[in-house]
Amino acid sequence: MRQSQFEQRYRPQWERLETSLAALESPRRPDPATLTGFSADYQSLCHQLALTRERGYSLALQEYLNGLMLRAHRQLYRYHTPLLPRLVAFFTTDFPRAVRHQWRWHLISTLCFVLSAGLVWAMILHDPELVHTVVGPQQVADLEEMYHPDLRDASGRDRQDDVMMFGYYIYNNIGIAFRTFAGGLLLGVGALVAMLFNGSFFGAAAGHLTLAGAAQPFFTFVIAHGAPELTAIFLAGGAGLRMGWAVLAPGSWRRVDALRRAAGECLPVMYGVFALLVLAAFIEAFWSSRELAPQIKYGVGAACWTLLLLYLLFAGRGSRSQESHGSE
Amino acid sequence: MRIDDQLHIDTPEGARLTLSLAGPLPRALAYSTDLAIRGLALAVIAIPLMLFGRGGMGLYMVLLFLMEWFYPVLFEALWQGRTPGKRMMGLAVVHGNGAPLGFNGSLVRNLLRTADLFPIFYLTGFVVMLITPRAQRLGDLAADTLVIHTPPARAARPRQDGDGEVPDWPLSRDDQLILLAFSDRGAGLSTQRQEELAALAYPELAPAAAREKLQRVARHVLGGA
Repeated sequence: MRQSQFEQRYRPQWERLETSLAALESPRRPDPATLTGFSADYQSLCHQLALTRERGYSLALQEYLNGLMLRAHRQLYRYHTPLLPRLVAFFTTDFPRAVRHQWRWHLISTLCFVLSAGLVWAMILHDPELVHTVVGPQQVADLEEMYHPDLRDASGRDRQDDVMMFGYYIYNNIGIAFRTFAGGLLLGVGALVAMLFNGSFFGAAAGHLTLAGAAQPFFTFVIAHGAPELTAIFLAGGAGLRMGWAVLAPGSWRRVDALRRAAGECLPVMYGVFALLVLAAFIEAFWSSRELAPQIKYGVGAACWTLLLLYLLFAGRGSRSQESHGSE
Repeated sequence: MRIDDQLHIDTPEGARLTLSLAGPLPRALAYSTDLAIRGLALAVIAIPLMLFGRGGMGLYMVLLFLMEWFYPVLFEALWQGRTPGKRMMGLAVVHGNGAPLGFNGSLVRNLLRTADLFPIFYLTGFVVMLITPRAQRLGDLAADTLVIHTPPARAARPRQDGDGEVPDWPLSRDDQLILLAFSDRGAGLSTQRQEELAALAYPELAPAAAREKLQRVARHVLGGA
């Protein structure tokens, strides 16, 4: 068959397929009537493309059919799962399981943070001047202004400030967590540096404010939102280290495949990190800034930490979680 | 062996899909376009938000966060793997097997953008793209995604009238392809260039005569008559 006859015969079919594709690619829900012949048209298109190549029809026709097939292939293999059941499954089982699955990495990243924080804290208690090696002069002044009982001015704070700080926490903290994770891909160095640096900074702030007599305002402020916020940073660091290790020591996998597996394992953790940090920003902006008795704030803070730890350690264990396994 | 940037994928239907990979330059241009769009959108949004004082600042920072991290994710996941910049450059993101990009894949490749940015101006991503066979940056490797050129919509071919002429040599498959390419793309070339090409086939004829003869032979191959 000559090319022009071939085109003449199948052109209507290709045009019908293009109409279906336009309907499928538009954001609106397509009309089922336009899709009746879609899969049959796609299959014969595959056949016609093979014929076109075999018979040496023109490159332009080959390109046209290939492009059509590329679009159709993308639509045919698209899948949508209902969102709500997936979200429920994610928070009840998938996220805590993903965290526990990589517990070693999260432990390492937590230790990096806690040990560096403890070390810097102890050093500053020993020699207060050391705070200036970790924190710049402007930041020291900011810290004192925020937490020192004599310097801070909480009376002017209102809803507007709460919303502003909420935006700032979202922008700043989630950005840090995401960057920490991505930095882990650089052989783990980025995540490690981020954890050590953030730990040192926290230790310096805590040590300095303790010496300055602002320990109580500081700890009553950070304890509640610290639970989701610090945990999320630890998890992001752990996920980053997992990525870096996949590149460094892929084991019996190809490096690229090891990286892909690690990315698949880390993805639920990062969704969880995102959710935790949004929660932390809410608590930080709208609860931590309230002036309440220290006992209440410590009590709520302790409850936050306990609940979060129990959730990460025990949620999604048991037989029910077996079903969701392999739902990737 | 041909060295080009085409990638062949065999689909489950047994057909062969050809993707053409996008290199660093079009991707950088698409990225710059997106950057400009984002900057412009944020500037426009900032003006009314300024009226709301510090509360507006908070909303603005939430938007800043969403624009920085989720602008590419949402567009790629919901809009056939294309951000506005990619669409303008005729690019799209697909998975390594030609399958469409979902939310997960898009999130992985965009979260890891920071690693590709390191230390400055996407240097890591650029080097990785040059040494990987499928021009992927680190985020693409982890998410198993490719950035491809989406074929432009083909304009309807003008009818070619006139009679064909049987070629005076045994036609090989490659010859056939070349003749068809000449008939497809000839209209886009200047007459002089067409004559130059025709002279390669018929060096003994005058350029104009050679061109007409070649067009007749191409029409015969196409089977227009």
